[in-house]
Amino acid sequence: MGKNIFRRSFIKKAIIAIVSLEAAYLIFDVFKNKSKDKLGSEMFIAGNSARFEKNKMYPFNSGKFYLSVFEDGGMLAISIKCTHLGCIVQPNNDGFLCPCHASAFDKHGEVLSPPATRALDIFPISIEKGEVLVDTSNPIKRKGFRKSQLTYV
Amino acid sequence: MKNNETKYPIFVNFLLHLHPYMLNKQAVKFSRTFGLGGINALLFVILTVTGILMRFFYVPTPEGAYDSIVSFQNQSILGTLIRNIHHWSAMFMVVAAFLHLLRVFYSQSIFYERRKNWYYGLALFIVVLAFNFTGYLLPWDQLSFWAVTIMTNIVEYLPFVGDSFANMIRGGETVNENTLLNFYTFHTALLPLLFVIFAMLHIWMVRKARGVTVANNNENEMVNVYPALIQKEIIVALSLVVFIVLFALFFDAPLLEKANPLISPNPSKAPWYFMGIQELLIHLHPFVATVVIPLALTIFFIYIPKINIDKDKVGTWLYSAKGKSIIILSTVFSSIITILLIVIFEYLLHLNQLNMLLFISTGIIPLFMFLVPSFAFLLYLKMAKKADKLELIISVTTIIFTSYIIMSLIGIWFRGEGMHLIF
Repeated sequence: MGKNIFRRSFIKKAIIAIVSLEAAYLIFDVFKNKSKDKLGSEMFIAGNSARFEKNKMYPFNSGKFYLSVFEDGGMLAISIKCTHLGCIVQPNNDGFLCPCHASAFDKHGEVLSPPATRALDIFPISIEKGEVLVDTSNPIKRKGFRKSQLTYV
Repeated sequence: MKNNETKYPIFVNFLLHLHPYMLNKQAVKFSRTFGLGGINALLFVILTVTGILMRFFYVPTPEGAYDSIVSFQNQSILGTLIRNIHHWSAMFMVVAAFLHLLRVFYSQSIFYERRKNWYYGLALFIVVLAFNFTGYLLPWDQLSFWAVTIMTNIVEYLPFVGDSFANMIRGGETVNENTLLNFYTFHTALLPLLFVIFAMLHIWMVRKARGVTVANNNENEMVNVYPALIQKEIIVALSLVVFIVLFALFFDAPLLEKANPLISPNPSKAPWYFMGIQELLIHLHPFVATVVIPLALTIFFIYIPKINIDKDKVGTWLYSAKGKSIIILSTVFSSIITILLIVIFEYLLHLNQLNMLLFISTGIIPLFMFLVPSFAFLLYLKMAKKADKLELIISVTTIIFTSYIIMSLIGIWFRGEGMHLIF
């Protein structure tokens, strides 16, 4: 009798231990992902900077961003992913419009009308030997547009 | 029973061992259970059979998934019918599981020795939804791709863990080939296993609680399970099969064009059973819609069966004479307040334009606009109707269910382009 209970309680404890180990691993994993390792940075070559004219917007569907060049020559790589529920925004006259739930953004990616509450993400731009490189694996979340986000040639 | 035992040994020893030999006459009445538990079990069997058939053809990659389904439908015998049966059985299972939940709740069948089984039931319900949701992605068409995009983005609104949790589900920042493989593995391996384990416990605990509840606990007339119950079960099972096959013959499971990650359809909606959550997100701050409300509901549903009710009331439909009028009143109240608030937020009151913290203006204020009238209503029930504790609980539950159903219906049928209200 005593042996039986011993075996049962042992199995029970073993199961609890294994399950909580797995749970702890999962929870740890979820939190670990947050501090993103930057190993997977993927540079998207957008082309020679001389190619891009001021006051124009160039779509890069395969890189999932719009490269906007403003009047003063500052550039932004704006994500095509709506910050509301992840649909793909379409460019229109004033900026961008999300077809799914009608969020609207201005040309800098700031929210013009809800349901989106956050400006469109941007990707870091770097310029090497005249080539515009966009780091498409590291979207930057932002509250709104600031001049410091612009990249100049 | 002796006769049957010798005549049909397999029938008696294997199939009947799920049932007791004798059971209370009241338990056999169709209106006691509506056969809903059995319907869910049978739907699971149908889904397993059709699912295995489709697994022979299905290719779980973004390049192959859609084409494999198209060729399965066009080039294999009865391919379309098999997929239709699978699709509609899955849809009906969500409905049947929900009705089963309503049945046990409104017939007071979740207290005392059945308390634990209520929790297993809730777990099974979550598994059913997970089944449905993971299966939703597999066709890899525009409908499924964007529905899953929307749902996983709703997950991102969870504070602190949202992003990484959503990325874990998707296996990446967006819905991609990892997501498909994840969902495929969940849908065809892990969830069936979970379902079978929970269902076995669920059925075993019904037996352990001496069968389903009965309306009058003092009437103990017993009948043989065969033929009294088995005959009815066979009738329900055959009717269900006929109904589903007919339905599948006349209505095709949806299959839009192949998924295109660069073009979002207008509007994009979550699967219909999650539309209530999407509707909630249109009106409420994400923290309230994805954390506060689900957490409160979970605690509430865990709390309900812990109440000690009068043992004679266990098994009584609608609890009491007052119960029925309270349920009707609660349904009417909840419908009115839900529709009223949705219309107000859509046309009159744009809370996000108030000059204050978004969490307060779009989270706390609309929540209270729902809660304050609800509390007033409950107070009225308590004062004027002299409702007791359980009647109030029934009222609250009815308000919650009605509100979710109304929000889902509005989301499914009355939201058009840009998710604006249409009539």
